[in-house]
Amino acid sequence: MIRVDEATVVLGIESSCDETAAAVVMGGNDVLSSVVATQIEQHARFGGVVPEIASRAHVEAMTPVIRKAISDSGVGFERIDAVAATVGPGLVGALLVGVSAAKSIALALNKPFIGVNHLEAHLYAALLDDPHVEFPMLVVLVSGGNTLLVNMESHGKYSIVGQTIDDAAGEAFDKVARFLGLGHPGGPAIDREAKLGNAQAIEFPRAMLHDGFDVSFSGLKTAVVNYVRKYPSISTQDVAASFQTAVVDVLVAKSVKAAQHVGAKTVALGGGVAANSLLRQQMTAMCAQHGWRLVLPSMAMCTDNAAMIASAGWYRLLQDGPSALSMGAMPNLKLTDRTTA
Amino acid sequence: MGQTPFIARAVVGMIILGIDTATDAVSVALHDGDVVLASSEIRSDRQHAEALTPMIDFVCKQASIELWDVGGIAVDIGPGLFTGMRVGIASAQAIAQVIDVSIIPVTSLDILAAAVQTNSEVIASVVDARRSEVYWSLYRMSDGKLKQVGKPQIGSPEMCAVDVLDRGQSTLLVGTGAQKHETEFRERLNPVLPGLEFADDKYSMPLASTLVEIAHERALRGEWVLVDEVVPMYLRAPDAEINWATRSAQ
Ligand SMILES: [Zn+2]
Repeated sequence: MIRVDEATVVLGIESSCDETAAAVVMGGNDVLSSVVATQIEQHARFGGVVPEIASRAHVEAMTPVIRKAISDSGVGFERIDAVAATVGPGLVGALLVGVSAAKSIALALNKPFIGVNHLEAHLYAALLDDPHVEFPMLVVLVSGGNTLLVNMESHGKYSIVGQTIDDAAGEAFDKVARFLGLGHPGGPAIDREAKLGNAQAIEFPRAMLHDGFDVSFSGLKTAVVNYVRKYPSISTQDVAASFQTAVVDVLVAKSVKAAQHVGAKTVALGGGVAANSLLRQQMTAMCAQHGWRLVLPSMAMCTDNAAMIASAGWYRLLQDGPSALSMGAMPNLKLTDRTTA
Repeated sequence: MGQTPFIARAVVGMIILGIDTATDAVSVALHDGDVVLASSEIRSDRQHAEALTPMIDFVCKQASIELWDVGGIAVDIGPGLFTGMRVGIASAQAIAQVIDVSIIPVTSLDILAAAVQTNSEVIASVVDARRSEVYWSLYRMSDGKLKQVGKPQIGSPEMCAVDVLDRGQSTLLVGTGAQKHETEFRERLNPVLPGLEFADDKYSMPLASTLVEIAHERALRGEWVLVDEVVPMYLRAPDAEINWATRSAQ
């Protein structure tokens, strides 16, 4: 049996999309180092992440990123007790770089390898600053690839309460930003423009607002496109502000319903869209109103990073033990799929 | 860590770990300067990452060594299957970083040429690049040593055949690209070349057992690179960049 406790140090590695990251985390929550090399600029001119370019960039960045994570942590490789890496979901060629590196390090150190579910790691990102939360916790996971309302009953025990039936929230931000000529990634661009616009200027639809826990953003994106084509002289800032408000209204309304449904004691945000300033404000107000404790991850922990991978890895190791060295990438992994024995 | 190449370190008797995942084969070998201590290989069917780590573990156990006993790592840097190459390179770099050793990068084309025995004057290593293209490089024997003539290239089998014809000497073709396009090569080359041979199928994929032998010779010559300086040999830009360049040129 592997002893897993407050002193257990996990090296985490992340390469599922366009960030190459490594981090050293002790005891599941104590972040000794977290290094992220982003490829945003390499993909910018293509308007989205190009898988082959991502995979090449991961190989280039992986060794220096790991070296920096180890050196920043103040501990050496000899102090690493386990190595965790994202095994999915994500781009298969990108995932394989991190998985291969992590398994090799684990083998060289003769320490366990832990295959981590990237979605589960996003749930743990919220807990990094604030590990002693009360369950059940509703996690609103909003990123470029996912929009999930997750009921976290305890460590490792999740159920999906609601999700998008079409585009992810971050995807809607990216598509609208591209349409408005604001560039990639779209989230920060819309957030910036929206601050200068009138959120009440245009009444965009809030799809399925009173209808279950699922969300839909595809119609909203179409509505934005149609509106701007019809009124080409409309201010981009007003469009950005009105669009952002529509997305946030839906997310907050659904979160309230879901939190009430699961009897949540805590509500947490996760994923890249959790960095959106309006969403953070509205969630704060909503939780205050309902008496739920809100856990907001720091901005750095919203986007992809390896501290959350190491953290989730620590909890996985504690609960289920290590993964096999014969594990590969699982590009279509679901939140509820297991990655350990 | 790993920032100083240890050219000064004793190379004689040094154990080199070789990793080759640049084609459909996954192979690992250990060499101590005299002999291959242990080796393993499988056809991976695109399961490079799944197969590689347990195979490294297995080969070390076969040779009764720990990874810490390894003094250098050799890796096939391609050209070949991009995903496969990256699995091997990322693994080699990760191990090298932990055990603090340097790397000897070897191309798949060099490995293919070194594996075959022939009386032909020229060896053409030809690796399948899919989309009706091949990667290739030509070699000739000089004083019992293999010498690369011309840089690794990518192009149609026809372009490769033209390159072979330009040398005008008896040639042995080896590799998955030679195998796949054998008919075309025969049609183009047979009537004109003084001699044309195709290597046996068992030589068509680069293997770590050959890689470690090449690596040992190079280690003696001090041809190490630092862990961070390993550069995969893709020879083909990502599609998105090709399309971008085409669009920009219009
Ligand atoms: Zn993510």
